Amino acid sequence: MEFNLLINAIIAGLLLGGFYAAVTAGISISFGMLDIVNIAHPAFIILGSYIAYIVNVNLGIDPIIVSILVLPAFYFLGAIVYQVYYQAFEKRGQESLRGLAFFFGLLFVTEVSLILVFGVDYRYVEAAYIGPSIHIGLIDLPLRMLVPCLAALAMFTVLQLFVTRTFIGRAVMAVSQDQLALRLMAVDPIRIKRIAFGISIATAAVAGALLVVIQPVEPSVGREYIGRVFAICVLGGLGSMPGTLIAAMLLGVIESLTSTFYGPSWAPAVAFGFLLLTLAFRPAGLLGR
Amino acid sequence: MTALLHVNNISKRFGGFVALDGIELVLEPGERLGLIGPNGSGKSTLVNCICGAAQNESGSVRFEGHLVDGLSAHQRTHRGMARTFQLPRPFHSLNLVDNLRIPLLYTVRARMGPLRSAGDLDTRCHELLEMVGLAKKAKQMPRDLTQVEMRKLELARAMAAEPKLLIADESMAGLSRSEIEDILTLLVRLNEHGITIILIEHIMSAVMSFSQRLAVLVSGKKIADGKPEDVVRDPEVVGAYLGQ
Amino acid sequence: MNTTTFSFIATAVGLIVLAFAHWLGIDYFFFAGYTILQFIVLATAWNILGGYCGYVNFGSAAFFGLGAYSSVFMHNFFPMPVPILIVIGAVVSGIVGFGMGYLTLRLRGAFFAIATLALAVVLQTLVVNWQYLGGARGAYILRPENIAIAGIQVTYIEYLFVLMLALAVIALTTARTIERSRLGFGFATIRDDEVAAEASGVPTLRVKLIATTLSGAFMGMAGAPFPYYIGYVQPSSAFGLEYAVNSIAMPMIGGTTSWIGPLVGAVLLGSAQQYATVTISSAVNLLIVGLMLVAFVIIAPNGLVGLVQEHLRGRRRP
Repeated sequence: MEFNLLINAIIAGLLLGGFYAAVTAGISISFGMLDIVNIAHPAFIILGSYIAYIVNVNLGIDPIIVSILVLPAFYFLGAIVYQVYYQAFEKRGQESLRGLAFFFGLLFVTEVSLILVFGVDYRYVEAAYIGPSIHIGLIDLPLRMLVPCLAALAMFTVLQLFVTRTFIGRAVMAVSQDQLALRLMAVDPIRIKRIAFGISIATAAVAGALLVVIQPVEPSVGREYIGRVFAICVLGGLGSMPGTLIAAMLLGVIESLTSTFYGPSWAPAVAFGFLLLTLAFRPAGLLGR
Repeated sequence: MTALLHVNNISKRFGGFVALDGIELVLEPGERLGLIGPNGSGKSTLVNCICGAAQNESGSVRFEGHLVDGLSAHQRTHRGMARTFQLPRPFHSLNLVDNLRIPLLYTVRARMGPLRSAGDLDTRCHELLEMVGLAKKAKQMPRDLTQVEMRKLELARAMAAEPKLLIADESMAGLSRSEIEDILTLLVRLNEHGITIILIEHIMSAVMSFSQRLAVLVSGKKIADGKPEDVVRDPEVVGAYLGQ
Repeated sequence: MNTTTFSFIATAVGLIVLAFAHWLGIDYFFFAGYTILQFIVLATAWNILGGYCGYVNFGSAAFFGLGAYSSVFMHNFFPMPVPILIVIGAVVSGIVGFGMGYLTLRLRGAFFAIATLALAVVLQTLVVNWQYLGGARGAYILRPENIAIAGIQVTYIEYLFVLMLALAVIALTTARTIERSRLGFGFATIRDDEVAAEASGVPTLRVKLIATTLSGAFMGMAGAPFPYYIGYVQPSSAFGLEYAVNSIAMPMIGGTTSWIGPLVGAVLLGSAQQYATVTISSAVNLLIVGLMLVAFVIIAPNGLVGLVQEHLRGRRRP
């Protein structure tokens, strides 16, 4: 009996980890590559969740499809936010204190606005794959976790290809290392950063839809993810996509095991413990730069 | 007599890039050493490793015979090292007098105890500003200074720490002929009072007139170390740095 | 004006406020006043680390909540008078502040900020799971109706008001003393350029740890009387987001470079919120605080005090 529980906890953890990777992908870009501490990222994710929820409840469209439809809007939102951030803080060299306060303000305003509009009740979505599971021997694969995991991995692969194969993608990697060289190649680093940040927020739309498939959401759920997301980012090595994936899986499995054997209310603490340990002992991450 | 500074075969890499490769350098108390080399040759990295802003991966650094490798930068400053930064790093929210107050409050006081009253501190700050020619701008903020004036502030701040070893990293960039003369005179005077000085510069006339000994760094390696007139005639140095 | 004179004046002002409040004798005034004074302490505490050193702490709620729950713990374990609880709150939060700092301050400021945000979530999780402290259901603290201070019978809420007033005076005096001291200069160098600070002989790690410990301790002190103030503590209220956002918004709106900023921010924002909570809803009130934070951070980076200073500087030029 115990073994069955263990195996399923691990599988659930891996599936969850895939999802966490999608959530972290955006931060991997904004924090890992652009050095922008966007702690409001989870707020954009929750925003994505609620948008998926509204459209799903009113029009019956599958939440993941919804997120793909709103990708351009989120990209645009990200571009605007970056532009404001750049004008107000980066240009003046004030990004450490004031930039952080700015993003914190955004996080806070988003959460409170959602509370005002939707209240604090948990919201669910309806989709064909929420409910049924695939059974392979001892293993249960709930579709409501499998589908988001697969979607997350797909998104992750797209991002990885983008960053390594396209010109703009490589320019994004370059901008974190040598802005002057970029300028000499007649590429405007600010434009590149804006594009990258836009993409980062666009991933939040997808992550949000996946989130609301996996679990019901309410406005403060975003804050639980801050610790997780940054823990994964740091453990995985800032800016390293493969590292992020591994770290996400690891965290997913550990959280799942904790949840199964010690109770779900301990889960938020796991990520933080992870983060602290990583910062204290291996700040460059597992596959660190 | 123990060497003041003994840099013993230190190396430092940044990822795949080798910044310093087996650097060996010995400095006797009271010496005036010039350090030259092309940009990117590792001069600033060497200064960072000596002063604690970076940690060398192999080899060791000894100051006054004691190993300083594990010590943080502020501890090395307390022991008597001081340096300027190639790109000036003033304290932006403090005026010039207060900028100089910091080393006095934290280094000099740590070494000698709170012997100075507030009035003495102020006097000393003004003295230092006078020495570098910034006395008139005492109450101004660093953002109101020109690049040249900021370099002078850097130098004054390093002097304020009352060091035994002063490393001046391109303190003269952009200065006029007479200003260079002034700084050189200042440095020579400090040296006469017993301060050992490493001068890192691209201005050859200044380096030649100041240095008792000249070392050359190219691509992380020391390729020459000896009397200035000999070093500048060394074909390797000429080829790598001085040109025809 | 030196420290002794200032502390005399601050205490005198405090006593005047107290006398006025006592004469008014309106309980609501004590309740509202307590909240504002509490925010003065929180904002000042935040500013020591955030404004003076440049290290943003998003987890004010963590340290505040720690102070509150230390009191709950002591209430169940070995009841003590509130002033002692304040000291205990200070010690517990100070130690946690020190520990967090030690683990994260050797890295970039951003990591410290993130760690503080996560800390609030973790502490809340811990408390939710700890039945001795009431868990998610919360804890009740029964408090007496009246208590005697120096022989005068006052309502309990007035007693708490007096304690918080004393804390506020201590916090403001401490902040001002630091500003003018060697430590204050050290903080400024850390804010401006840590590498240059180290090179000038400033022991940056030690100075930062002093800041985190002091900041944490004061926040813990502000939180310690909270269970007695509110009577019923739940993790979600003690670790609530409004403490985090207010501790940041008040100094940033008031001005981060001096002790006056947090005071101005706390009084203005605190009073406005008291008014808004009663007339509108508390959620809208928080929304407004958040929006103001974002607006001020973009438009007026040095806060209200900064705006006044610039105006005065402008006037002085011929």
